[in-house]
Amino acid sequence: MAPLTQTQASQPVVRRRAISWTWLGVAPFFLFVAAFLIWPTLSIIAQSFLDQERRLTLRNILELGRPFIVSSYVYSLQLSAVTAIGGGLLGGLLAYAITTGGLPRPLRNAVLSFSGVASNFAGVPLAFAFIATLGQLGVVTQWLRSVGINLYPAFSLYSFWGLSVVYIYFQIPLMVLIMAPAFEGMRREWREAAESLGATSWHYWRFIGLPILLPSLLGTMVLLFGNAFGAHATAFQLTGGGSQGNVVTILIGAQISSDALANPGLGNALALGMIVIMGFCIGLYTWLQRLSARWLRS
Amino acid sequence: MLKRFWPWFWFLVGAVYFLVPLYATFDFSLRARRGELSFAAYANVLNDIRFVESFWFSLQTALATIAISALVIVPTAYWVQLRLPRLRPVIEFFTLLPFVVPAVVLVFSLARTYSRTPLTDSREGLWVLLIGSYVILSFPYMYRAVDTGLRSINIHDLTEAAQSLGAGWFTILARVIFPNVYVALLSGAFITFAIVMGEFTIAALLAQPAFGPYMNRLASSRVYEPSALAIISFALTWAAIAAIQWIGQGSQARVAGPR
Repeated sequence: MAPLTQTQASQPVVRRRAISWTWLGVAPFFLFVAAFLIWPTLSIIAQSFLDQERRLTLRNILELGRPFIVSSYVYSLQLSAVTAIGGGLLGGLLAYAITTGGLPRPLRNAVLSFSGVASNFAGVPLAFAFIATLGQLGVVTQWLRSVGINLYPAFSLYSFWGLSVVYIYFQIPLMVLIMAPAFEGMRREWREAAESLGATSWHYWRFIGLPILLPSLLGTMVLLFGNAFGAHATAFQLTGGGSQGNVVTILIGAQISSDALANPGLGNALALGMIVIMGFCIGLYTWLQRLSARWLRS
Repeated sequence: MLKRFWPWFWFLVGAVYFLVPLYATFDFSLRARRGELSFAAYANVLNDIRFVESFWFSLQTALATIAISALVIVPTAYWVQLRLPRLRPVIEFFTLLPFVVPAVVLVFSLARTYSRTPLTDSREGLWVLLIGSYVILSFPYMYRAVDTGLRSINIHDLTEAAQSLGAGWFTILARVIFPNVYVALLSGAFITFAIVMGEFTIAALLAQPAFGPYMNRLASSRVYEPSALAIISFALTWAAIAAIQWIGQGSQARVAGPR
């Protein structure tokens, strides 16, 4: 117990200098965020505009145009787009099936619980799971071979499409978790009103359901895009982390242990590019969610 | 019946996508001994001293992360709701920044910014950086959980009641606020636990002897043990999420009660 007098004594002080004392309450949080997030990130952003002698330059940004860096960004962007669309469609349809689709309620709960687990099941163990499934010695690969279908060498888990299949595993559950409440936010009256005016199921979805859900669907797919773009561990485990022809995150990670590009400024610019793209995704997601909240507020 | 065809169809597609890799991994993990199914791979993993050491290391790191995150977030969320409600969007913005700055960029920035300082020159310093980054990663989950928890109790009345009985700020936080957001805090803690236990990127790039990098290294020398680890890891994640859902149901009932 703090002494009684202390509280009483501080009361008038609080009143007189309200602003300074009140702000002190959030100081620990801001100090922590500043030390471990804001200061390091800002200094990396600032340094991508400085050369080795700390003079202002755009050279680092321009050097992002080197072919292998461009190809790495393109690879990451394509991987993110494919898995956002693939995971978004499958996840969206699954979310529809367990909510509006009218499947038994225990199934809905089971899918939502499982999605909570699977969306957190990424990285190294997820890569292991797919190596055991679709790797050269994988269970499904061998089973397909026994019925006469040879996956390899046409398909490889370590290729673009292999990575996509693995990424979609953690994209679907994220889509389900965000979209299921959106589907459940659709009012029954809307459908009844449409049907009483003679609308078919197709009419309903084409003119009412989809337009209302569209911002939410698109927004969540943008979030999935960012989710894949920032992923590192899964790709690292599957591709071994070589710096050529790979996702951007691995290229950045390689700059920590060894300055493979022989230019620290370029490493900073790589990170800056990543922050810009991620910031754009999260901003777009927030905006689209705000749009959809107009209709889907429960 | 035909009306329900497509929902069932998409449900089955999802179930196959989700469950086949899990089944295949489990099947694979039992084949460590030629010609028979056995738990030999699991035994090998559990008897590996490096497994025990790295698991223990990550466990300590996770607990330290949760403790620090709670000590920062609970007073902050409480103070913002009580005195600085205008600041709430700002705090929310900062807690969501880890989604804009991916783990690999965060660790890259930390390593560069604090290079040639005690933080990167010593083992202890790197551990501080590791926990610092994990605490940052935990903020979105912890803040949302605690903020929701605080909103379901009347902190203004509780604070005034405590003050009228002569409690100081420390007493209010430790004996009134913390016990009341305990349940909300636990759900944030479990998700943090699940994230830290399986995290690879930050731990590996800071050269820490954690569970994630251990799993990564094991794959280069072993065939069946990694799938056993994947199953163990999945079970761990499942346990953490199940705990959250179990707690969540309890707290919903509690929130509904007084209202």
